[in-house]
Amino acid sequence: MSHAASVHSLWTMSAAAPQKIPAPHIEYAQLSPTLIVLGAAVLGILVEAFLPRRVRYHAQLLLSCIALAAAFAAVVALAAGGYATGKAHAAAMGAVAVDGPALFLQGTILLVSLVAVFTFAERRLDPAAHGRPVDSFAAQGAAVPGGKAEQAAVKAGFTTTEVFPLVLFAVGGMLVFPAADDLLTLFVALEVFSLPLYVLCALARRKRLLSQESAVKYFLLGAFSSAFLLFGVALLYGYAGTVTYSGIADVVNGSVRMLDPALAATTGNDALLLIGGALVLMGLLFKVGAVPFHMWTPDVYQGAPTPVTGFMAAATKVAGFGALLRLLYVVLPGLRWDWRPVMWGVAIITMLVGAIVAVTQTDVKRLLAYSSIAHAGFILAGVIATTPDGVSSVLFYLGAYSFVTLGAFSVVTLVRDAGGEATHLSKWAGLGRRSPLVAATFAVFLLAFAGIPLTSGFAGKFAVFKAAAQGGAGALVVVGVVSSAIAAFFYIRVIVLMFFSEPKAEGPTVAVPSPLTSTAIAIGVAVTLVLGVAPQYFLDLAGQAGVFVR
Amino acid sequence: MNPVNYLYLAALLFTIGAAGVLIRRNAIVIFMCVELMLNACNLAFVTFSRLHGNLDGQIIAFFTMVVAAAEVVVGLAIIVTIFRSRHSASVDDAGLLKL
Repeated sequence: MSHAASVHSLWTMSAAAPQKIPAPHIEYAQLSPTLIVLGAAVLGILVEAFLPRRVRYHAQLLLSCIALAAAFAAVVALAAGGYATGKAHAAAMGAVAVDGPALFLQGTILLVSLVAVFTFAERRLDPAAHGRPVDSFAAQGAAVPGGKAEQAAVKAGFTTTEVFPLVLFAVGGMLVFPAADDLLTLFVALEVFSLPLYVLCALARRKRLLSQESAVKYFLLGAFSSAFLLFGVALLYGYAGTVTYSGIADVVNGSVRMLDPALAATTGNDALLLIGGALVLMGLLFKVGAVPFHMWTPDVYQGAPTPVTGFMAAATKVAGFGALLRLLYVVLPGLRWDWRPVMWGVAIITMLVGAIVAVTQTDVKRLLAYSSIAHAGFILAGVIATTPDGVSSVLFYLGAYSFVTLGAFSVVTLVRDAGGEATHLSKWAGLGRRSPLVAATFAVFLLAFAGIPLTSGFAGKFAVFKAAAQGGAGALVVVGVVSSAIAAFFYIRVIVLMFFSEPKAEGPTVAVPSPLTSTAIAIGVAVTLVLGVAPQYFLDLAGQAGVFVR
Repeated sequence: MNPVNYLYLAALLFTIGAAGVLIRRNAIVIFMCVELMLNACNLAFVTFSRLHGNLDGQIIAFFTMVVAAAEVVVGLAIIVTIFRSRHSASVDDAGLLKL
């Protein structure tokens, strides 16, 4: 080697002394939650490639659960090590923030995903096909619905165990999304968690045409919105000359003087800032399902396999609001007199449209979708507060809401008829007479959605509205309370339907789940009640975690 | 030539792509319009990179290309699947999920 180099140097020489490119300094330990999850996802792909079909399901389930639990342990260790408060900083050359909000949201996402994986793995709800247990996912995603290939796949007892690595990849992206500290990381994380979700939506075992249609809609609209986000990133880069959050914030605040007058045409041009900021916000509001970017929500929630819907409704919202908070509080606080009126409008129409349109729904999954839109509006009210209380109340609300919504969708998987899940509301009539336990559990979740005291929904709504009122958004609180009242109407209507109407003779049956789904629902109920009865510890936790690093 | 003209071109391409997404009915064509929007972003990144005299924008353009390639993989798979089950890639035919 050295010999060859010396011979080579006889007739060539470098024009200038080679410049040394400094190797990036990556703090692997502080990024370990994300790295564990993504590493396990890659291992999951290898499991798909090399293990025989009969052991894949158990191997994947074990791998996913261990990875998510280990990543959660890593998050707790980082928080205990002081990274949530004193030692908070931007890791990986300023690309990923390790601070209170990031760790709190990562912990929430990991716990929710762990519970969601339980519902993904459920195999007792559908009747066994040819003597083999099946889950909620298509035997073979690529086979044409009703075609010969699908029949053969069902007969051979195939199951799509690829869903587990897909979930892990999505979780990996979601962990980075609220922690992203520059716009490029934000965009890449957005795509990393969106692409697996598009695929997961297309994989339902029953009603496959609906499922595929929801995937196409989600994909086309999602790609459209991420293109807007990317153009916004380009304009912000043009505005500030950098994509790091702190760099842009400095230019927004005017603490950087432009040295080169030739650049004044683009750098520091407010039109670039305003349009770019608006486009990035648009991309993020699409992901959290805020009106007027909510059109995909009901269709995708209805068509996707219900475990995926639950996962998406819970975890995507947490990740999306985390990124939104960081963008508004770290990058654009100097611009808050411009974005606050816009966000006021978005929050008001989101709350009202979500609550009012939900009243007319007849499908329980669509009902929950519109309810999630209304909740996005409530959370936005806390985002608008622009106070430390605003951040912590949003963090608490996200933690509380995600477990309620995951539990509610898990209950939806249990109520079934011959065609799979019976999601039409008329079929839920009299469910309380037929299976009181399931109906009572669903009622608990609905009461939490409605924000009745002693449930987590009340504690969350109270915290968010209090922060909004203190942040000078009193009118927003009034709209929020009014739309909560409208929303309470249809939640209570479902409860009345379940308990006070006669069950129909040909009504649906309630499947007896395996311990997996039972655990998921039990955790949902437990979190809902604990956060409702004794929220103080968790409010304090969110309060301590409510400071962003810059 | 004034590099700012490339920014106008990027904005124009982006608008053409966005209009195409809204107007066209074939899922594949819509998807191509999304790709056009991403490429418009790339042009903007590279132009700004030139204007600012730093390399960030050019690096980001590479990331965008990789992301766009990954999106093509997933997107075409989904569109081909729905085409095989319905024998149509028109988004107007996909109307089972309605209020």
